[in-house]
Formats: sequence, structure tokens, C-alpha cells
Amino acid sequence: MGKLRTLTRRTFLIGSAAIAGGVAFGAYMVMRPIRNPLLDGLAEGEAAITSYIKITPEGITLITPRADMGQGAYSIQALLIAEELDIDPATATITPGAPGPAYYNAAVLAEGTPFPAYDTSTLAETVRDFMSVPAKLFEVQLTGGSSTVPDSYTKLRTAGAVARETLKEAAARRHGLQRADLNTEDGHVILPDGARIPYTELAGDAAKLEPVTDLELRPAGRWKRLGHPQKRLDMVAKCTGTETYGIDLKVDGMVHATVRANPGIGGGIERLDSAAAEATEGVMMVLPITSAVAVIARNTWSAFQGANALDITWGPAPFPADSARMFEVLEEALGNEDAFDHCQRDVGDVDAALQDGTGLTATYRVPYLAHAPMEPMNALVTVTETYCDIWTGTQIPLFIRNRAAEMTGLPADRIHVHVQKMGGSFGHRLEMTHVEQALEIAIALRGTPVKLVWSREEDMTHDYPRPAAVARGRGRVQDGKVESFDLAVAQSRMTSGWFTRLAGMGIPGPDATITTGSWDQPYAIPNYRVTGYRAPDMVPVSSWRSVGASSNGFFHDCLLDELIHEAGADPLAERIRLCLDDTSRKVLEAVGELAQWTGPHVGYRHGRGVGFCMSFGVPCAQIVEVTETPDGIRLDRVFVAVDVGQVLDPVNLEAQVTGGVLFGLGHAMNCELTYADHAPEQSNFDSYTGLRLYQVPEIKVKALSNGPRIRGIGEPAVPPAAPALANAIFAATGQRIRELPLNRHVDFV
Amino acid sequence: MQASFTVNGTPRQIDVPEDMPLLWILREELGLTGTKYGCGVAQCGACTVHLNGEAVRSCQVRASDLEGAEVTTIEGIGTPENPHPVQAAWIETQVAQCGYCQSGQIMQAIALLQEFPVPTDQEINDAMSGNLCRCASYPRIRTAIHLATSRMGGR
Repeated sequence: MGKLRTLTRRTFLIGSAAIAGGVAFGAYMVMRPIRNPLLDGLAEGEAAITSYIKITPEGITLITPRADMGQGAYSIQALLIAEELDIDPATATITPGAPGPAYYNAAVLAEGTPFPAYDTSTLAETVRDFMSVPAKLFEVQLTGGSSTVPDSYTKLRTAGAVARETLKEAAARRHGLQRADLNTEDGHVILPDGARIPYTELAGDAAKLEPVTDLELRPAGRWKRLGHPQKRLDMVAKCTGTETYGIDLKVDGMVHATVRANPGIGGGIERLDSAAAEATEGVMMVLPITSAVAVIARNTWSAFQGANALDITWGPAPFPADSARMFEVLEEALGNEDAFDHCQRDVGDVDAALQDGTGLTATYRVPYLAHAPMEPMNALVTVTETYCDIWTGTQIPLFIRNRAAEMTGLPADRIHVHVQKMGGSFGHRLEMTHVEQALEIAIALRGTPVKLVWSREEDMTHDYPRPAAVARGRGRVQDGKVESFDLAVAQSRMTSGWFTRLAGMGIPGPDATITTGSWDQPYAIPNYRVTGYRAPDMVPVSSWRSVGASSNGFFHDCLLDELIHEAGADPLAERIRLCLDDTSRKVLEAVGELAQWTGPHVGYRHGRGVGFCMSFGVPCAQIVEVTETPDGIRLDRVFVAVDVGQVLDPVNLEAQVTGGVLFGLGHAMNCELTYADHAPEQSNFDSYTGLRLYQVPEIKVKALSNGPRIRGIGEPAVPPAAPALANAIFAATGQRIRELPLNRHVDFV
Repeated sequence: MQASFTVNGTPRQIDVPEDMPLLWILREELGLTGTKYGCGVAQCGACTVHLNGEAVRSCQVRASDLEGAEVTTIEGIGTPENPHPVQAAWIETQVAQCGYCQSGQIMQAIALLQEFPVPTDQEINDAMSGNLCRCASYPRIRTAIHLATSRMGGR
């Protein structure tokens, strides 16, 4: 095992650029302040105090650079600023602003460090903090990894406080008073005599001052908005059909386009007959582009009709033709020394403990999954000789800007990316193939705005799916306790291919996502090992809500549940006994209290399963309760406990948790992408059904605040749902299902 | 082909291919983008509107079906300033996450409450299970329907 440990220590599994690269830039590049982009084009009487707040005589604009895919990012970012700025965020204009280096994400890479989230040692914290360096240097303006709140929590409150104090200073100087004697309330500076001066009147004066930075942030106990139930700023628009998404945009002179690309991603076009498409009513032209054929038309529907009329013979994709062979490839990698990728958890002596081969052995598998957000991928692009405008819902605006600069030959400062509201993403909008296609068409039609919309079929079959994965678990119990746990996981690399698509360069070294969500769990099992094996690249894959933990949560927690059963122990009590992290233990205890847990067997054909996973630093425990009816399994209730360190908006937190649980359950029950002839067999919601209302159980959520760091909640509720359900089905029926989706083995009602 | 019909009470005339779906007529000919494209094959419900008072998938209604029809879209039932009681219940319950499916959910729920002013859970399941929400805002959809029921004179 010596060789393996060396490999692990030498390479930080950030799934990203080696952090040593950051040091080479020297301290200056890291420490130098980034220019506030709002200062450009500021008029007299306007102020941009920090990169997040612009105040003009007309009103206040808050810049919320993390994208809103539905998780409530805009509202929470606005709220963080507003809490210290003392304004009602509903009175401000909220905009993501122009993407730029000032808005780099300092937190997104921190979870890729080789320390489990519950490790709060100085070394672990130092390395995590250091990850903001490459994030700044590489201009990582990215929304993902449940990082918006951790990244914004101090940054945006500080921005609000700096602006507030600077406005007070402006008022103090104007009236010959001391700043300390002034107060603020609801967008006004309050003078000692009670006079109220609107911020908008003070902007001009404040713009001439050095921002005030000697200040302290308000403690949580003094918060007026944060921590209390909030109304999302986009709620009224979204319930009245007045929210504008990227797909709703219209500009003068715009043409409509769609594409058909080889659903066997990477395969070519062997033969194209576009005559019928060109003859379709409303179609203006058929344009072959890189790896796809575009149809340009007077409206989207005509473009779709034209695309359907294209007669294309696709070339074979550079990966196995069908699912059966793909899983064979994964299984060939599992445990194969040549395919070894990393081993970040190796405690005790697993080999010795399992030497005689009498322990439990189980194999698991999970399928490829589509992201399938409700709003299909789309982009509106104009390319001229001097500028390029891109309107699209995206999590990666700077990567898009850079790619557009390469493709158009225009300097980066002539590329304007306008980030739009998104009808979901789940990771799909961490990709930009659709934007590249729109750019290619717009370059060909220079001067004409091109709106590209993918059909649902294109969106689902040209997705970069969640990787399929297989795992083999082994273990041993002794004296009613779990004593040895050995998990091996194999999947294709995810991060390197994704980063190659984004930035044109792969990432050498191990891929942490292969074991994220299994190697880093907070248990003290005496002999405990998790090993990742890298299968050959097959279908190009990408991040899917909760990333590696979406499959590893299932593998790890199902194996643990099997061992606990083997030991004859209680599923909840044994997890609590094994847990070495206080925050996680309290979460497990809380879910037991919430469910009034008395054991897995509730009644005849009526059982409960426990699931737990710590992902993105958030421990989340779930208890799923099911009944076996004559027609199939019915989901009755789900109990959830979670700890994000500090709850900023309990209403949105509950929405993200219940949504995450149901997202996890729905895919575990009903969803897979299977392949035949190099292409996905599912192309729309008839065969990729997700979850529908009739299958939705009652859900109770308990949020705790014991964790040492504030965390995001967009993803962590997803991973425990699948194992909790599988474990519940075992409790109710005695059937162990080790493969997703579960409906391969049982029916659901 | 030409067709004359009303949308949200306003007479409209169109001249489009006869098999063009109402969904795309609303979105791209009439500029009413509150009705959403999600699947095009009546599997997601994001394009739900009322046709002569009934909830339909507008991706399945052709231009040739529209002569003389009365169409109501999300824009026709309430506004941000004056929302329909079902919209008000949705807002109060904070249902939407990404929000893309919610126009269809709300149009379906209004049709449900017209037929069953006090729907049972089974009637809610039956009526609403054709409307997909990938964010899974379903628990709050149920809550909002019950809230709207009480507001609109039901129990």
C-alpha cells in the first residue's frame, strides 16, 4: 500500500489545477486588489462603494454575481448586503452585473482539498483558505458546489457595512457631525435630530470618500432580516408569468435556431441530407457547424420542424455502444491495480481484517443520469465586427466570455455576457456547448442576433450526464458492531473532461469525485478503507446536483446499513455510535427524535430506512418510511435533519431541503439513461419521468445550527435520499436492492 | 392559415402554418412568454393554458383548432399587483424555486379548483401529476392548493 499513499499525498485532489501553480504567480498577483468594475462609467452624483453596491439618485442596485438557477441565490445574496446596508432588498434593483474578475468564487475549490469536512485542524483550514488563491488567479466566477453562501457570507455583509459607514461619513461631513453619532434605517442616514437623508442623496458625496473599512459586522443576534423567514424577491414574478428567462428573450431582427448533434457525443456526421429541412415552411437555412447541424428559421417551432426533417446518418461515438458493455468496462476497472486512482481513507488494517474472506460482500451500481432542467438550454448571441453580446442562463460566465473571445477574435472586453434567470440547471449550465453552437451560427450570420433553443430531445440526448458508477463493498462485524468496512468505487473521470470543455486543458492526477461522499464520512470504524478506481473515459460526463456524493452516498450508506443489519444492531443507534463528529452526531440524533424512531420495523410490510451523508460540509440525515402495498411500494413519510452552521432564511432552506430530498428520491426510484447504438434511449419526460406529485411523501425538516462554518444547502439533501429509501424497502420487504433506479426491481405507487 | 380567437379576452388574428402549436403562437407570435416550453409532447405541463375553460397542453393545440376559441394564459388570470387567489396562495406559500413550471402548475390548479372547489388529496394527485416540477416544489404546491381552497370559499 506504500505506493498508494505516496500518490495520495503528492497530489491535492482538488479536481482542478494544481495549487502549486498559484504560488508561481507570486504574492503580488494574489494580494493585489481587483479593480471595482462598477467605477467604470460612473456619473456625477453616483457611487459604487465596493463591487456590489451602486447608488445613484434614482435608486440602489445590488450586484449578486452568483447565478440563480432556482436555488434562491439572488435573494440570499441581496439579503446579505441588505442586512448591513440597512435597506429593504425588495426596493433595490438586483442584477448579476457584468461578469468579471472581481467576482471570483473564493469558496468553490475549498471542498476539493484532501481533508474531510469535519476536519477543522489548522492544516485543513489553512489549505481550504489557500484555495481562494487559484480561484482568484484563474478568475473562477462559477456558481456551484453549494458555495454561494459560504463564499458570500462575510464578503457581502462586509460590502453592505462598508457602504453604510461610508454613506454615514458623507452625511457626517455634510452636516459637521461625527459618524459615530449617526444611525441608518431603511435606506436613510438618521441624524441625531431625527432628520432622514436618503442614501440616494448622499451618493455623490460618498463617491468622493475613501470607503470606510474600520468596522465590525453585526452579530447574528442583532440581525433584522437574516435568520428570519424571508420572501424571495423573485416569487411574485415567478407566480404571475412575468419572470423573464433566457428562453423568453426577444430582440429586433432576431432569427431562431436549433441544432441536432450526434447523441453519441463525439461521433461525427457520416451523411447529411438537408433537402426536406430546407423545404420546411419557415426554415431560412440549414448550416452545418462543428459536430452538429443548425437549422435557422423565422420561429423556434419552424426550426424544430426543420431539424426533425434533417436526414442524418451519425457516425459511431468513441465509447461502447450499449449500457451492458459500459458496465462491463466499469467492473473491469473495479479493484484493478492498473486503474487505481486514489485512496484517501485507509484506517486500521482492512486487508488483515477481511483476510479469511468470510465477511459480507456486495456490489452496487448507479446509472448515467440526465440533468433535464425544465428550461432547455438556450442562448441569444449577436456577433458584429466590434462586439459580441451573449444572453444566456449560465453558471460559468467568464469561461463563456473567454471562449467567445477565442471564437470571434474579439478582445475579452468587447464580449458582454448577460447572465439570465434560469429554469433550473442541476449542473447542466456548468457546460456551454449550446453557447458555442449559438456563437458559431452568429459568427456565420455576423450582425444578426441568433436565438438558439434546444428541443427537449436535444437537451436530454446531448446532455453530459452524471457518471454511471459501480462499487464493491466488503465488511465484517464483531460483537454486534461494525468492525471493518472496505468500499471500492469505479467510474470514469468527470472533472478533467469537464475542465477540458471549459478551458481547453485537462487536469492531471486523481479525480476526487470518484469517491466524494464516501471517503470523507464521519465514522470511526476500526478498519475503514475507501478506494477510487478510474475507468476509461466513456460517455463524456459532468457535475450533477451533489456531484460525486450523488452516487457515493448510495454506495457508502447502503453498505453501512447492510453491515449494521449483519451485526444485529439498530440502524440509527449504530450510526450514532460510530460517528466521530459532534455536528453529525447531533443531526443523526435529531432525525431520530423528529421521526420518533423506534427501529426499522414499523408494522406489517411497513418499514423505515436511515440514510446519512456529509457532503459540501453539511451533515444530512434522513429517515424514509414506506409501505409495501399489493400494487407496489408507497412512500409514506420522510424525516430530515441537517446542519448548515447558520440558517440565513429558514423558508428557502426548507424548500431546498425538501426539493433536494425529492430530487434524490425521484431519480433513485424512476430515472436512468441507458444506451443503445451509442445513444441514450431516453429523450423526453415520457421515458425519463423524474418524480410526479402522486409519488410525493410527507416531509418534515429540522435544521440545526451547530456546525463550525456556514454552508450552502442546494445540494446536500440529495445524497442521503437514495440509500434511505433502499434501506427502508429492505426494512419493509426484506429485499436488498443494490442498483439504481430501484424501479428495476420494485414498482412504486 | 388565418384564425381569429381571443386570448385573455382580447381578439387576436394570426396567420401561421395550420399545424403550428398554440404554445409557439402564444410565445413567439403574440409575445406571451409566461407559457413555457418544456417537452413539446404533453409530458410536463409547463405549457398549460385554458382553452374554452379547460386546462390543456398548448403544445398539443394546433392553429387549426383555434378559430373562435377562447384562450386564457397565466397573463390573463392575474398580475403582480392584483394576483388571482391561486397565485396569491402560491406567493404566500413561497412555492417557486426556478419557477419555470409554475405558470402551468397554477393554470392546472385553477382548473382543478373550478371542477372540485374542495379537492381531496386523490383529486389533487390526479389533476396535478401531469405537471412536472424538476425542483420538486410539490409539497408547497399541495399546501398552496389547500390554502387557495380556503381563500376561495371552500373549506
